[in-house]
Amino acid sequence: MSSPKSAYSIPTKKGKLDTHIFVVWVDNESGVLARVVGLFSGRGYNIESLAVAEVDAAKNISRITIVTTGTPQVIDQIKLQLKKLVPVHKVADFKREDKKVIFKEMALLKIVAHKKKIEKCLKECKKFNPVILDKTDKSVVVQITALRREIDKMGKKLKPYGLTSTSRTGAIAMTRGAETFK
Amino acid sequence: MSKLYTGAEIVFKCLEDQKVEYIFGYPGGAVLPIYDELKNHSSIKHILVRHEQGAGHAAEGYARSSGKPGVVLVTSGPGATNVVTALTDAYMDSVPLVCISGQVPTHLIGTDAFQECDTTGITRPCTKHNWLVKDIKDLSKVMHEAFKVATTGRPGPVLIDIPKDIQFAKTKYTKFKKEKKLNGKLHNKFSQNEIDQLIDLISKAKKPVVYTGGGVINSGPQASETLKEFVRLIGFPITSTLQGLGAFPGDDNQFIGMLGMHGTYEANNAMHDCDLLINIGARFDDRITGKIDEFSPKSKKIHIDIDPSSINKIIKVDLAIVGDVNEVIKSAVKKINKKQNGLKNSNKQKISKWWEQIQKWRTKDSLGFINSDKEIKPQYAVKRLYELTKNQDTFITTEVGQHQMWAAQHYKFNKPNRWMTSGGLGTMGYGLPAAVGVQIAHPDKLVIDIAGEASVLMTMQEMSTAVQYNLPIKIFILNNQYMGMVRQWQELLHEKNYSESYSEALPDFVKLAEAYGCKGIKADNPLELDDKIKEMIDYKGPVIFDCHVDPNENCFPMIPSGKPHNQMILGPNDKEENKITGKGKSLV
Repeated sequence: MSSPKSAYSIPTKKGKLDTHIFVVWVDNESGVLARVVGLFSGRGYNIESLAVAEVDAAKNISRITIVTTGTPQVIDQIKLQLKKLVPVHKVADFKREDKKVIFKEMALLKIVAHKKKIEKCLKECKKFNPVILDKTDKSVVVQITALRREIDKMGKKLKPYGLTSTSRTGAIAMTRGAETFK
Repeated sequence: MSKLYTGAEIVFKCLEDQKVEYIFGYPGGAVLPIYDELKNHSSIKHILVRHEQGAGHAAEGYARSSGKPGVVLVTSGPGATNVVTALTDAYMDSVPLVCISGQVPTHLIGTDAFQECDTTGITRPCTKHNWLVKDIKDLSKVMHEAFKVATTGRPGPVLIDIPKDIQFAKTKYTKFKKEKKLNGKLHNKFSQNEIDQLIDLISKAKKPVVYTGGGVINSGPQASETLKEFVRLIGFPITSTLQGLGAFPGDDNQFIGMLGMHGTYEANNAMHDCDLLINIGARFDDRITGKIDEFSPKSKKIHIDIDPSSINKIIKVDLAIVGDVNEVIKSAVKKINKKQNGLKNSNKQKISKWWEQIQKWRTKDSLGFINSDKEIKPQYAVKRLYELTKNQDTFITTEVGQHQMWAAQHYKFNKPNRWMTSGGLGTMGYGLPAAVGVQIAHPDKLVIDIAGEASVLMTMQEMSTAVQYNLPIKIFILNNQYMGMVRQWQELLHEKNYSESYSEALPDFVKLAEAYGCKGIKADNPLELDDKIKEMIDYKGPVIFDCHVDPNENCFPMIPSGKPHNQMILGPNDKEENKITGKGKSLV
């Protein structure tokens, strides 16, 4: 490395990265997603996936689920920075390993292949609650729900059998049991 | 049926309800309905600037010196984009601003209309919050919420974008009720337990230091009083960031000077060697901490701040107290006075050795410089300015660069809200318009912009504003013909390659002053400096003071970035011990 000269500061070594899932309750108003996403890009945080939809039409509340990675310090910052946004009501964050929380993602898979290969594909999908949404002689569109990692794996596995396109929702999360996040 | 009001009327009704006295602005097509309404509201005075950036900085100066939010009014498109620098500046330095911008009519939004821009999109990252008002019924609610967001918690700028058709549209106006309820974004719920822990750490410390920042100023003048009481009670040395200057008297013996990149030797060494660090309303900025890994390695750290996201952002702390500075230290003072009566004396004994060490560091006289009787040294100029103005309540603004640091080092502030400088964003061109705003808020006080010749040229047009409103601001330019701080870094860190840091063809500032219709004074002889400064102070109108100083002077001490606090470069008085040579040079 050349001498730093007037470098502002020399970056120190990075800590271990954890994967976290943030659930953010926001007012469903125009620009709110831009505020959340802009916060992430502006401060250099990662977004691995993002899922948003209105969940309470009466109160006008949307629920945003963001999967991100960062050092514990960064994760802490993300949470605190999100809480500062005016349209944000509450923020929950979960470690991916957290057993008390269900993480699920839905994917639509289009397979274009001969019958036999399609059969094989559907077999592979069996574990993940497959629903056949469309079927022709040469193709099938199947819906599966699974963990992010599992869908990643399926993608790789089904490629040779004729998987031509994948559409994913991004992970969404909910706590187990009767508890709700306050 | 209740009366219907236009959007423009509602804007003013809200401003009246918020007790706004001044707005800083510049008219244009998309705000004409609001400007049309101005004449009907005599309690609100409009200050016409010469550039929207100037409006923003003037509002910042107004807000910082008065504690009230600054209000800015600009048109769509270029009006809004021009104010972005000032909004970002206010965001970085936590200054409450409410910016109202005009927008093209709602049906034209998104069509690339004349003077259209995505104002809320552009200003989203540089405001606490912003609103595009698409329905006249929302306007009054948004206006009042804007003031609330700007002024509560950690203050900051907000923007309301109002399309032209909304300004014409009519609706009912519901009177604003001042809510007592907190808005959920306020954090002032610290516990007594935390105060007890704070006091426990204070009573155990042997080498403590208090490090205060702009949060004390933002907490209101009362916070500075409480801080004084607190610090005198515990007897600890206190240092301050650039933004916190004035919260504690600069000439007090317990004050060990500013810390950080151009802080004093004693302050930075105290930060490095201490065993207890109490951060009150500061944010561990990189100009303060130097190298993070080696920042104050032996200390327990306490952080008192109203913004929870400031805590553990850069430096991990042992005790965090989230709350309003004044409330927290008031509560600590109360507790110390009540329960730990003995603390005061026992503490002073315990830290007496620490004070001896600090006195030793002080003898280095790290702000010292070699004076000259031929040339005016910039430090000398600031010192003389201080001596000649300290007997009156003086407000100082600055631009950004060497002059700013010399002002921070050599001008001693005894009261809060007297020192307005762009710290976070480091905006050259801040000081002159900020002085305009300060003078508006304090018409009878002496307001001086300690400036550099390069910075001041960035917003020089606002002299015209000062003349229009008879604002007797004094622009005290330390003219070294260089972008001094750039030149200094190039000298020390880039092998004296003075790439583009010399300004050729500078204007004659005396003639420039005359062209604007104000007074110009030039000084280049140290022997006549005092007389000329007095002449400036005594003059009843705005003055541009062109103070020619030694162009080669550097600002010391200096912690080169990437270095810890105890590795400072000291000034020429100390050259023998601290020569930057060989390998060290490439590291600074």
